[in-house]
Amino acid sequence: MSARHRIVLTVNGQRVERDVEARMTLADFLRESLDLTGTHLGCEHGACGACTVQLDGNSVRSCLIFAVQADGARVTTVEGLAVKGTLSVLQRSFQQHHALQCGFCTPGMLTTAQAMLAENPDPSAEEVRRAISGNLCRCTGYLPVVAAILDAAAQLRSEAA
Amino acid sequence: MKPPAFDYAAPGSLDEALALLAAKRDGAKLLAGGQSFVPALNFRLARPELIIDLNRVPGLAGIRRDGDGGLLIGAMTRARAIERSEVVARSNPLLHSAIPWIAHVPIRNRGTIGGSLAHADPAAELPAIALACDAILVATGILGKRDIAARDFFLGVFTTALRAGEILTEIRFPAWPPNRRHGFAEFARRHGDFAIVGVAATIDVAADGAVGDARIVVFGAGDTPRRAREAEAALAGSHPDTGALQRAAALAANHVDPPSDHHASAEYRRELAGTLTRRVLEQALAPRARAA
Repeated sequence: MSARHRIVLTVNGQRVERDVEARMTLADFLRESLDLTGTHLGCEHGACGACTVQLDGNSVRSCLIFAVQADGARVTTVEGLAVKGTLSVLQRSFQQHHALQCGFCTPGMLTTAQAMLAENPDPSAEEVRRAISGNLCRCTGYLPVVAAILDAAAQLRSEAA
Repeated sequence: MKPPAFDYAAPGSLDEALALLAAKRDGAKLLAGGQSFVPALNFRLARPELIIDLNRVPGLAGIRRDGDGGLLIGAMTRARAIERSEVVARSNPLLHSAIPWIAHVPIRNRGTIGGSLAHADPAAELPAIALACDAILVATGILGKRDIAARDFFLGVFTTALRAGEILTEIRFPAWPPNRRHGFAEFARRHGDFAIVGVAATIDVAADGAVGDARIVVFGAGDTPRRAREAEAALAGSHPDTGALQRAAALAANHVDPPSDHHASAEYRRELAGTLTRRVLEQALAPRARAA
């Protein structure tokens, strides 16, 4: 029952090779096998969004995917968002807009928002709200989060122009 | 909140998946997008001996048109791919409009159409859409394929007509007539939650404004999505005015036999079934929709 499976994947640009039990979720793999504890686990059934990471560029719930399923994939966690140790535009915008209080939901907010901006660089406030509708914040920080994402989008657009 | 131990196989072909399923029978479960199944594992509501992961089986995902203007969607096609498909937007606007109601983007990035249909949650959107569109669900077993009409597929809560050893491999949506209008609405406490009640409708409208075929499917209000046939019959052949839509809505509300649970009472659900039916009929018959 506890056969282990060899997986090879890329996490935040680094090649990783490990043996995992099939039942280990990607979230537990990131946190326990790789010590990437920035990925937070809230509900463990896909409702809270705290564990959101990017799998091959798409935002996904890492509590609802087994690590063995990520064999061969490219995973980006919140630890992979900073560029050479410098906060990304989106992260800096969260800091400037005070878009977090306790910070528990922040990794999921950031990974979700970054994937959204890659698809839609010029979102409306409504589109931003919809994009983060699956990320629960219990400090009631949604307004600054929306402001931070919109501001980051504007900065990224002017950088690209 | 951690899944129980299980054996895991990720077959590289459909034949291999079918053979594994045939060998294990009741002890095996298929893993598609996992957005309902993995929570069930994490809660230990499911304890399969073997999980057969379909994510590496080639040929099960994809969207294409058939020769008759219908739509063929592979069972492992992600909800997000359907949402972003121009082909779907053009050839089945009801399906296109319903997808954003399913949970949230990260869930739709993984969840599949086949997984949702085979899971058969009574409050899920896709079973209701399949029923409203007379979709054909293709089940593949070791002995071959068989077609199951959506109306024969959903037997009860989490229960379908799929037999042991069968895998849902493809969904066929018949061609969408040019005079067909549609409406979709659901109510949940938060956007993205499963519907407390939802309604999907299609109405075929003749050039003179008379209603031809009407389909009204209510979901979240019983063990399976169900057509409100009395309401459909009341509309067919008519030039519906506001009063007629209200009467149809009342018939739909009377037709359902909803459960009471911690989300809502049966009475509340019945009221919602009527209100949402009226709204989707108004959407379907609105002048703007007619021009589209």
